[in-house]
Amino acid sequence: MKEHETLGQRLQEQGISRRSFLKFCAAMATMMALPPGSAQAIAAALVQAKRPSVIWLSFQECTGCTESLTRSHSPTLESLIFDMISLDYHHTLQAASGFGAEQAREEAMQAFYGKYLLLVDGSIPLNDGGVYSTIAGRTNLDLLQEAAKGAAAIVAVGSCAAFGGLPNAQPNPTGAVAVSDIVKDKPIINISGCPPIPAVITGVLAHYLTFGALPALDALGRPKAFYGETIHDRCYRRPMYEQGKFAKTFDDEGARNGWCLYELGCKGPTTHNACATTKWNGGAGFPIEAGHGCIGCSEPKFWDAGSFYAPLPAPAADVSSVAKAAAVIGAGAAVAVSAMDRAKRQQAQRTREKLTIADLKGE
Amino acid sequence: MATTLQRGINTLLGQIDAPVATFFSSCVHCGLCADACLFYTETKDPKYTPIRKLEPLRRLWQQEYTFWGKLMKKVGLSKPVTDDDLAAWEPLVYDSCTLCGRCSLVCPVGNDIVYMVRKMREGMVASGHAPEGLKGATQRAIELGSPMGVNLNTLKAQIKHAEKETGLTVPLDVEGADYMLVLSSAEIAEYNDIIGAVTRIFKQANVSWTLASDGFEGTNSGIQIGSSDLAAELVGRIVHAAERLKVKYVISPECGHAFTALRWEGPNLIGRPYPFKVLHIIELLDQLRSEGRLKTASVDQTRMTFHDPCQMVRRGGVIEQPRNLLKQVAPNFVEMPDAGVQNWCCGGGGGVSANHRAEPVRIKVFSRKKAQLDAVDVKTIVTSCSNCRSMLLDGLEHNHMDDIEVIGLTELVAEHLADEQKGSAA
Amino acid sequence: MDQEMLLWVRGTGLQIAAAVFVIGMAYRMLHLLLLGRRQSLAEARGSEWSGGLRTMLRRSFVLPRLSARGKFTVIAGYLFHLGFFITFFFLSQHIDLLRAVLGVHWPALPRGVIDMTAVLSIAAMIALLVHRFIDPVKRMLSDYQDYLTWLLSFLPLLTGFMLLREIGFQYVTLLTLHILSVELLLIVAPFTKLAHMFSTFIARWYNGAVNGFKGIEA
Repeated sequence: MKEHETLGQRLQEQGISRRSFLKFCAAMATMMALPPGSAQAIAAALVQAKRPSVIWLSFQECTGCTESLTRSHSPTLESLIFDMISLDYHHTLQAASGFGAEQAREEAMQAFYGKYLLLVDGSIPLNDGGVYSTIAGRTNLDLLQEAAKGAAAIVAVGSCAAFGGLPNAQPNPTGAVAVSDIVKDKPIINISGCPPIPAVITGVLAHYLTFGALPALDALGRPKAFYGETIHDRCYRRPMYEQGKFAKTFDDEGARNGWCLYELGCKGPTTHNACATTKWNGGAGFPIEAGHGCIGCSEPKFWDAGSFYAPLPAPAADVSSVAKAAAVIGAGAAVAVSAMDRAKRQQAQRTREKLTIADLKGE
Repeated sequence: MATTLQRGINTLLGQIDAPVATFFSSCVHCGLCADACLFYTETKDPKYTPIRKLEPLRRLWQQEYTFWGKLMKKVGLSKPVTDDDLAAWEPLVYDSCTLCGRCSLVCPVGNDIVYMVRKMREGMVASGHAPEGLKGATQRAIELGSPMGVNLNTLKAQIKHAEKETGLTVPLDVEGADYMLVLSSAEIAEYNDIIGAVTRIFKQANVSWTLASDGFEGTNSGIQIGSSDLAAELVGRIVHAAERLKVKYVISPECGHAFTALRWEGPNLIGRPYPFKVLHIIELLDQLRSEGRLKTASVDQTRMTFHDPCQMVRRGGVIEQPRNLLKQVAPNFVEMPDAGVQNWCCGGGGGVSANHRAEPVRIKVFSRKKAQLDAVDVKTIVTSCSNCRSMLLDGLEHNHMDDIEVIGLTELVAEHLADEQKGSAA
Repeated sequence: MDQEMLLWVRGTGLQIAAAVFVIGMAYRMLHLLLLGRRQSLAEARGSEWSGGLRTMLRRSFVLPRLSARGKFTVIAGYLFHLGFFITFFFLSQHIDLLRAVLGVHWPALPRGVIDMTAVLSIAAMIALLVHRFIDPVKRMLSDYQDYLTWLLSFLPLLTGFMLLREIGFQYVTLLTLHILSVELLLIVAPFTKLAHMFSTFIARWYNGAVNGFKGIEA
């Protein structure tokens, strides 16, 4: 396999101006809240960066994460960066197929053993020997374990890979699990979201290319730069929340006036992501701005957290039936026990001897 | 059969009903009941907090009638009620409680604390833990007919005296009379002007009435000591006499617990409703007044106030009637602070006056009544309970306020009757 | 982990708390009612029911003369109870919960008002705790249950206040703590004096019934 060119060389070939390139680096630095001067560092590093090999494994997924990434709206630079990371294996985007594709993968893994970046989207099914998702006759589990051995780091793209996602929702018939449930001995970044914001993916990659290390992660392995705050904390409708101005139904007066969507099920307060700041579709907007509450797609188990349209205070399980049954049980127990207690009292009354003056006198 | 701890506990077990369970379940330990009880307010000793007086009963309820209590008892983690406990609680239940019922008025969660004290006394007396003085009084009541030892002869002597004074006949054992009057020992022994007063009033109002030689004593020490059995015996005498004489009404005298015993507890004590109705003497007098049959011709100008006997007013419901009568004969009648249902106990009801051990604390807590009197600055206190009367006199004396007179309401009214029939004899 | 914990308290945790609370309270209230009360054979002067209902309501407002310590207890008690009720029943987020569970809802009060009632309630609770320590009557009456129920009643108020303002911890953590504190309160309540939230009305009825029977308006 021939040596990869540097990113600088490729950019030059593509006719990308230095100015555009620096603008991109500045945008990346800002998005990740890196200190001033980082833009230069990013530029210097990226220019020199040898295109690392990237293996992208797609498991039990809907391809939404890939779709999101390829819909990135600064097409020129980001797709170039994409090119610049020598994507050596990707089901959707690669030209090859069948044995040829598998061979390419194996060769890349061998050639860049210990150095390639492993990107994974989709969950890994474990039930029934893992038959629910196989590629070229091999289970996802098998493929992941093999690929993880030679990876420098693993990026779990999307909520399925990061936390198990939709397949993992009750009753989880395929036994779907996250990458971090399988791989325990490699650095893993979780870029959760269903799908994640494209710029978040590229931002993480840019960080890795620049610093050769993963950015600071939170307790769930997500980059703090993008997942450190909740939607609620940065939502432009927050003042409405504070003032108690809640839309009651979709398209009612309040909804049309941009009132808070808390009562329509918005999970913004408990969801960590960059949607409220970075937004989607090149900054066009995000769900709340479009009038739909946040569904909490970057958090674990969001599919099981109750209806998307029931507000956070609503129970995530059936409490009414439990309460009704409990009332019957309590009442029944009371009837039974009070019968016994009444009998005890009657017994006490029956065996009570009449008090006489002789008793008082102490005879 | 001796009185024992077991007998006491057994009695208490039989006393626990839905109200008791509800009250103990609801108590939030706010301590407001202490503010209503003059034994606390005048001593500031927290041991007199009313709900605390029931602690042994509460423990028993918890251990025998609650899920958690039964569980704790089963695993050996509960404290059983001991004889020492009951002995320690005796002064709290008898010396510092007159069954006045003020605590039940104040409890924010609605606990009827006096209801429970009454029940607790049932267990106390069955276990032998009741004050000696009260035991003696009860004994005399049962065996002699009166806690003060008053008997038929004493009554007959007072009747003779009254007939001489008024020139009228005092009916005794008249079958078929409408009303049978019951008296209290203290009235027969001490405040016996009542007999003449009633005779004159009933003559003017044309009331058909009688006394009964076998049922003239209304004081009920059984209630005070807390024995339903003994209380039933005492009330039974009155009921028997009333049925014998086939009267329509029985009049309860100017005595606090006589009214409670006869009017409210009686039928439950004897286990059946009465074939007659019961009226407090003041109820009857006011009724006569409103019917125009009680005519007064003069008034007493003295500045006077009314002490509300607890069992008649707060616990008995005869609230407005004494005031109606007073307004007729006392133009300078003034109400003391907290008058009416919220008035403060004289300190000697509910058996406390028969309990010599309780005398020091009873005298001490009279300061509450004194404060009320100081606020109205009267020359005379009117009341309708002979025990209150004695306790007031005693308290006034101890506080060097003996220039204040204490009189009964019936006598006051009688003093100002329109002169229709002055005694024909001497 | 935070999310999973939050999911648990919103789901299974709530079911457990509801079950224990409802079983406990239903049992307790029915059990004490079924112990029964002997009907009086005396002649009634008035109606038990009208007396009972009357006292059920009026006992909240009509009390005899009280001393300074008594007045303090009543005023602080009112502030606490009213603050608690208003905060619980009129905060928008709580109404969302009740609507989901009971199917009924009503207008919320402005956040500013709830902020005030929550603070008043918290202040009153602290004052009442201090009083319970220093007042001789309350000290004599109090046992571990009084302090436990105080703590369990205080925590929802405190965590709720912190949650609304996101003080000290992340929203997820605060929400989890808040719901958890409520669940603890619900589970312990039936076994303690907190049963008075229901039994008070029964007790007041019995109390008033006696007066009503005797024709006394109290």
